[in-house]
Amino acid sequence: MTIAKGTWVQIRSTVLEAGERAPQVPEDTKAVPLLLWVKGYTTMDHTDLAIGDVVEVETVTGRKAAGILEEIEPGYHHGWGSYVPELDAIRKQVREMLEEVV
Amino acid sequence: MKDNSYAAVMARKNEIMKKSIGIDYSVYESGGIGFDYEKMMSETGYSLDEIVKIQGEVTVGETPIIELKNITALARKVSKTGRAARIFVKDEACNPGGSFKARRAACAVYHAKKLGYKGVITATSGNYGAAVASQAAKLGLKCIIVQECFDGRKVGQPEILEKQRACEAMGAEVIQLSVGPELFYMFLILLEETGYFNASLYTPFGIAGVETLGAEIASQFMSREGKHPDVVLITHAGGGNVTGTARGLIKSGAKSQVIGASVDLSGLHMASDTAFNRKSFTTGHTGFGIPFATWPDRSDVPRNAARSLRYLDRYLLVKQGEVFYMTEALSALEGLERGPAGNTSLTAAFALAQEMDDGQIIVVQETEYTGAGKHHMPQLSFARANGISILFGDPNTEVPGASIVLPSCPSQIKVRDYDLGKARKSYIKNCMNNYGVTEFSDADASFLAEETKTDVAFVREALA
Repeated sequence: MTIAKGTWVQIRSTVLEAGERAPQVPEDTKAVPLLLWVKGYTTMDHTDLAIGDVVEVETVTGRKAAGILEEIEPGYHHGWGSYVPELDAIRKQVREMLEEVV
Repeated sequence: MKDNSYAAVMARKNEIMKKSIGIDYSVYESGGIGFDYEKMMSETGYSLDEIVKIQGEVTVGETPIIELKNITALARKVSKTGRAARIFVKDEACNPGGSFKARRAACAVYHAKKLGYKGVITATSGNYGAAVASQAAKLGLKCIIVQECFDGRKVGQPEILEKQRACEAMGAEVIQLSVGPELFYMFLILLEETGYFNASLYTPFGIAGVETLGAEIASQFMSREGKHPDVVLITHAGGGNVTGTARGLIKSGAKSQVIGASVDLSGLHMASDTAFNRKSFTTGHTGFGIPFATWPDRSDVPRNAARSLRYLDRYLLVKQGEVFYMTEALSALEGLERGPAGNTSLTAAFALAQEMDDGQIIVVQETEYTGAGKHHMPQLSFARANGISILFGDPNTEVPGASIVLPSCPSQIKVRDYDLGKARKSYIKNCMNNYGVTEFSDADASFLAEETKTDVAFVREALA
């Protein structure tokens, strides 16, 4: 795909391979690489770029960083979660208990 | 070309640190285990008056006190004696960035600017990131926040993702890492690459920044209630909140009991990739509280200015399910959406109040902002989606990483004392092991007595 210089993207790089992890980390962590994600603006025009290709960005502090293109114009998708019925039960319980006092 | 291998960077640690903080810690060393803590605090930190001025310039501090009359009424309702102390909170969520961490950040960023640094870096997945980003924006410095954010599958807790958003919204560059203590290695590389200031949570100016919190509590209560609070309850993680608040109370002549509280996450390995998303608290838990209390110099500076065992009178543990319950109670009864993590000390206060009399006062000395992801509903639904069972029952049966047990009745929220004697002994033993000594000089024994709020006899006995 074509991506213009200055497009906001997220890149991923590997800081330490699985075999290079610090000696004190537990086995499950040793089995995976230490990964890094950062966002920045692409430093050049690309005419044939795909997710997974290596790309260079300039971050908001002006650092240059290179890594695997992970997401173009990444947004924020965390939210308020699903309905948790237990919270309704707590709300009801504390209010009823207090009504008895008042 | 610099050798940026893990071993080479870690070997340059002291040199990088010195350049990035501008403190020569070696002048406070005594050659043994001890060092001159008060001299370090007075020479490199700021006085209380200076901090009031620094924070005032950026509208940090002077947060309101709110009496939680309905929460107090609920405590009295379930109390065995029918009595309970009055519970107040200091609404630190009103600070820029949404938490008390603004106090630490204001001092660190001010200091960085004064020394001529172009930017600041800090390593945090918590509220401190938003606080530093906020202060850096205000003072016109660049800012990098390094977060431990995702597990190896790029799954992150909603609370941390929200902090990323907040930091980016205030103009910071956020570097997100997968789980592991080697975050510190990446942090060192970035300090070296950028030449920015290390806005560590644990410098003398960062800790001194919290002293105003203790001082404000002392003066606010003197003016509204005519006395200092009987207890100040402080959520305890790395020790800075406890240390700074306690120092501010002492400087103001308050003799309030200083009590720490953490969420009990015993059994979960903090550096485990698979356990990372099985906890619902990223700070204020025993995974920080106990290691930092018993070995404060594990931090990202040579000598940690946060030394909680010097100040703690008691240390209470609460359960994840209890904190979620109290977070809901706070919004349902007091109309205040805060936390959840900041409500750790509120939860302990609810139980502790029941050991006290109606006329006594407990102050929960912080709240934190609530937002998408940073709220008990997304956190509980995230936990449930990750296979954690969420149920009503006896919170004592909660197993961190497997279950979150919400109390069936608020009467089940209990005070659980962590044995401070054990923590003090453990600290003394860590000193022996880490310095490779089998006995202490008189100077070191006196230092450790101060460090543990005990006496030389206690230190000598711990050694035996």
